Amino acid sequence: MVSPKTSKSSASPPLLAGFGLTKSFGDFTANRNIDFTIYPGELHALLGENGAGKSTFVKMIYGLLQPDSGYFEWQGKPIHFSNPQEARAAGIGMVFQHFSLFEAMSVVENIALALPPEFPKEGLPKLIEQKSAEYGIPLRPHSLVADLSVGEQQRVEIMRCLLQDPSLLIMDEPTSVLTPQETMQLFDVLVKLAKQGCAVLFISHKLEEIKQLTSRATILRGGDKIAEVDTHTKSTNQLAELMVGTKIAAIKPPIAPKNAPAIMQITGLSRPADGPFDTALRDINLTAHAGEVLGIAGIAGNGQSELMDALTGEWRGTQIGVFKKGAEDISQLNPAERRLNGLAFVPEERNGHAAVPSMRLSENALLTSFERAGAVQMGVVNQNYAAQFADRVSAMFDVRRPEANPLASALSGGNLQKFVVGREIAKKPELLIVSQPTWGVDVGAAQFIRKAMIDLAAGGASVIVISQDLEEIFAVSHKIAVLHEGSLSKAYPAAEMNPQTIGLLMGGSTIDNASKTARTISKKTNNRVAG
Amino acid sequence: MFILKPRKSVPLSLTLLVPVVAIALTLLMGGLIFGFLGYNPVEALYEFFVAPLSRPDQIGNLLVKACPLIIIGTGLVFCYRANVWNIGAEGQLVLGAMGAGWLALSFPDAQSPLFIFAMSVAAMVAGGLWGAIPALLKIRFRTNEILVSLMLTYVAALLLDWIVRGPWRDPMSFGFPLTKTYPDAGLIPALILPGIGRLGQLHWGVVFAFIIAACGWFYLARMLSGYQIKLMGDAPRAGRFAGFSQSYNTMAVLVISGALAGLAGMIEVSANIGQLQPNVSFGYGFTAIIVAFLARLNPLAVIVAGLVVALAELGGDTAQISMGIPKVVTGIFKGILLFMLLAGETLTRYELVRVVRIKAHQTPAQQEES
Repeated sequence: MVSPKTSKSSASPPLLAGFGLTKSFGDFTANRNIDFTIYPGELHALLGENGAGKSTFVKMIYGLLQPDSGYFEWQGKPIHFSNPQEARAAGIGMVFQHFSLFEAMSVVENIALALPPEFPKEGLPKLIEQKSAEYGIPLRPHSLVADLSVGEQQRVEIMRCLLQDPSLLIMDEPTSVLTPQETMQLFDVLVKLAKQGCAVLFISHKLEEIKQLTSRATILRGGDKIAEVDTHTKSTNQLAELMVGTKIAAIKPPIAPKNAPAIMQITGLSRPADGPFDTALRDINLTAHAGEVLGIAGIAGNGQSELMDALTGEWRGTQIGVFKKGAEDISQLNPAERRLNGLAFVPEERNGHAAVPSMRLSENALLTSFERAGAVQMGVVNQNYAAQFADRVSAMFDVRRPEANPLASALSGGNLQKFVVGREIAKKPELLIVSQPTWGVDVGAAQFIRKAMIDLAAGGASVIVISQDLEEIFAVSHKIAVLHEGSLSKAYPAAEMNPQTIGLLMGGSTIDNASKTARTISKKTNNRVAG
Repeated sequence: MFILKPRKSVPLSLTLLVPVVAIALTLLMGGLIFGFLGYNPVEALYEFFVAPLSRPDQIGNLLVKACPLIIIGTGLVFCYRANVWNIGAEGQLVLGAMGAGWLALSFPDAQSPLFIFAMSVAAMVAGGLWGAIPALLKIRFRTNEILVSLMLTYVAALLLDWIVRGPWRDPMSFGFPLTKTYPDAGLIPALILPGIGRLGQLHWGVVFAFIIAACGWFYLARMLSGYQIKLMGDAPRAGRFAGFSQSYNTMAVLVISGALAGLAGMIEVSANIGQLQPNVSFGYGFTAIIVAFLARLNPLAVIVAGLVVALAELGGDTAQISMGIPKVVTGIFKGILLFMLLAGETLTRYELVRVVRIKAHQTPAQQEES
C-alpha cells in the first residue's frame, strides 16, 4: 500500500535550514543550539519524547515562537517569520494535533474560514473536490464536521493547508487519533505529496511509523539535538535508545492465567446519548477476571468516555443489577462507594478529572482516598494522612516533584500521570479500570505505568485498560475487546488478535461470531485488503 | 493589544508594595477630584480616613459597620469558591431579619437569655430557605442562580415593606410602617470592654462575626466538606469523580451563605434597630460581594477586607456630615478606592503583557497558539 521512503536528493539545496536555534522560557531551555535541514520532497521525522522540545521547534518554524538565537534559511535565503501568516505566505502549512474545527459547520465552511480573505471562495467546493482527487483524500465538502470521523476531520485540516499549495507540511503527531487503516491512508497521501515535491515534517514518537514513512529523522532529547539519522539503517530499538537515552527493557507480554474467577460482571448496560455529539452505549457486556488485563481498543469518540463514566459511577442509569462485583449489585453506587468495594479508576483526562491542577499533591491524593479509614476524622481532613499517602505514591512510582507538596500543575504530564495511576494502584484495588493510561506521557513513564498495571494483575487483581493506542493494548492485555459506536465486541484472547482484525472491529465490521477463529478473521482481513 | 498573564511567582516586595501604591493612587485621584469640586483635598481625605479612626467610639462604630459585611462576606466566599454566584445576599439578609422578627414579635414576654439564640436559628433558617430557592431552581431546571438570587432580593424587600405596613404593623405606631419593638431578650447587648467601657455602638454581634469568619476559614481549609466545596468549584468533573454530588454542593453553599446573610440581618435589627422597618440594611448584601472578592475568597482576609470597606463607608458618612460633600461624590471616592485595591490585587497575580497584533485572517488554532 504505502511505498515509503522518498530519498533526499542531496544535490538540491535544502528547502529549510536552521542554524544554532535556541529558545528558552525563563530558566528552562526548550531548544539548545539546534541545526536542522529538510529538502524538497523529503519525508522527515522529528522524533523525541514528550518535553524533548519538538513542539517548541516546529512552533519556531511556523512563526508562532521566535528563536532567542540562531536563524532559519528558506530556499537558501535567511528568513524570519514573526507570525504564522508570514510562514504560510512563504509556503509552510501545519496540521495541529488538536483540530480547530467548528463541529456545527460544514467542511467547506470550515475550510473557507481558514483561508486568507483574498482567496476566491466561489469555486471552493469544486476546488476541494479537485484536490481531493489529486491527492486521494476522500472528502465530502458539504457534510457537517460533527458527522465526520476523526480521520476525516484530520483530512479537512490537511485540505486547509493544501489549498494554499505549501512546499512544507508540518504534521504534529497525526496518527495518535487514527485507526491502523486510517493511518495507512494518511501515509499514502503524505507519500503522494512528497512525490510532488512537498516536504513533510512528521512529528511522532511512534517508531514503527517513523521507520515505515520517513527517510531521515532528527532526534531531540531534553532540548538538544541528539542525532540526525537515516531511518532505514536504524532499528526501532536503536531509535528508541537515541530518543530516551537509556536502554529500553521491553516489557514482557503477560502470561494468561487459566480459569480465573470473575471479579466483576456487566450485563446489558445501556445508556442514551446526552447530546448530539455524545455516543449512546448499547448493551455492553463485560467480565473482568482475576489476574487478567482486559484491553478495550477503539477510536476516540466511540463511547470511551461514556463507558468510563458508567464504570466509575459518575453516570448511573436506572437499570438495576447490570453492574455486579461478585454477588453484589453496585450499579447504583457512586464513585466513592464503588472504591470502597475494591474498585479503582483512572480517567483519561489528568487535568480537572483525575487530578486538580490548582490543588496540591496531598489534596489530589485525598481525591480518591477520603472515604478510607483514617483519612478524615470527625469531618476534619487528616493532613498527615494525605501528605504521607502522596509521599508514598511519589516514592513508589518515581514521581519527580519540584518540592515536597507541589501544586499538581507544577508536575510534568508524565509525572502527574504516574501519580494518578500510582495513587490507585497503591490502594491495592481488586479491580483497576484505566482509560488512556499513557496518553501524552514520555516513553520511560509509559513503560513504568504499563509494568505497574501488569504487576497489579499478576498479583491477582483484575485490570481493564481502555486505550486508543494499539501498541499499548497489545503490550499489556490478555484479552482484547473493541468499542465501536457504543457497542463492545466480545473479548478475544490477545494472542488471536492482530492490528488488522482490531482495525476491522474498530471500523464496525462484525466478527462477533464466537465460533470463528482468529485464522478466519485474518483471512477475511486479507481478502478485504486485497479487494 | 495587551493581555493579562498569570505570574509564575509573586515576589514578596510586590505583594507589599502594591497595596501601598493602590492607596497612594486613591489618595491622589481622590484629592484631585475633591480639589476640582472645590473642597479642600487634605481636609476631605482627613475626614475620610483619619477622622473615623481618631476617636475610640468611632472605632467601635467601624467594627459595627464591618460586622454584617464580615458575616455575609464569609458566606459568599463559600458560594464563590464553589463557583456558585449568589448575588442575592441582600434578600437573604431581609428574610433573616423577618424570621427573627417573627419570633421576637410572637413572644413579646420572652425572658430567657437563650431567646436571642433561638432568634438566630430562626434567622438562619429563613435566610437559608431563601437561598435554597435559587439552588433548587438551578438543580431542577438549570436556571441561572445569578438572576434568580438577584430577583429574589426585590421580592424580599417588597415582602418586608408589605409586612411592616400591613400584618405586622404596630397599631400604636401612629401610621408609621414599624412593628412593635422587640422584647429585651430579643436585643443584642452592647459589648462592655473591661477598663474601657462602651465603645460607640459596639455590640456582641461583632465578636460573633470574627468567630464566624475564623470558623469559615477552618471549614474551608481543613474540613472534608470544605474540600468538597473547593473541589466542585475548581474542577467539577474531578469532584464528581471523587464521588461528590454537584447538586448537593450547590444546595449546601447557597443555604450556608443564605443562612449567614440571614444571621447578619437578625444582628443588624437586634443590635441597632430593635424593631422591623421597611429598610433594615444599607445594602450590606451587595457590599459584601466586594468584600468577598477583596479578600480573595479567603474567610480570614474577609475580616480585613470588611474593615477596609467599612472604613470607606464610614469615612463617606463623616465627610458628608462635616464637609457637606454630596453623597454621590463620596460614592465616587469609594468606587476609586475599591477599583484601585482590586486592580492592584489583580496586577499582583497577573502581569500585563503586550502581544503583537496578528492580522485578521487566521484559523482558530493559530489564535489559540499565539
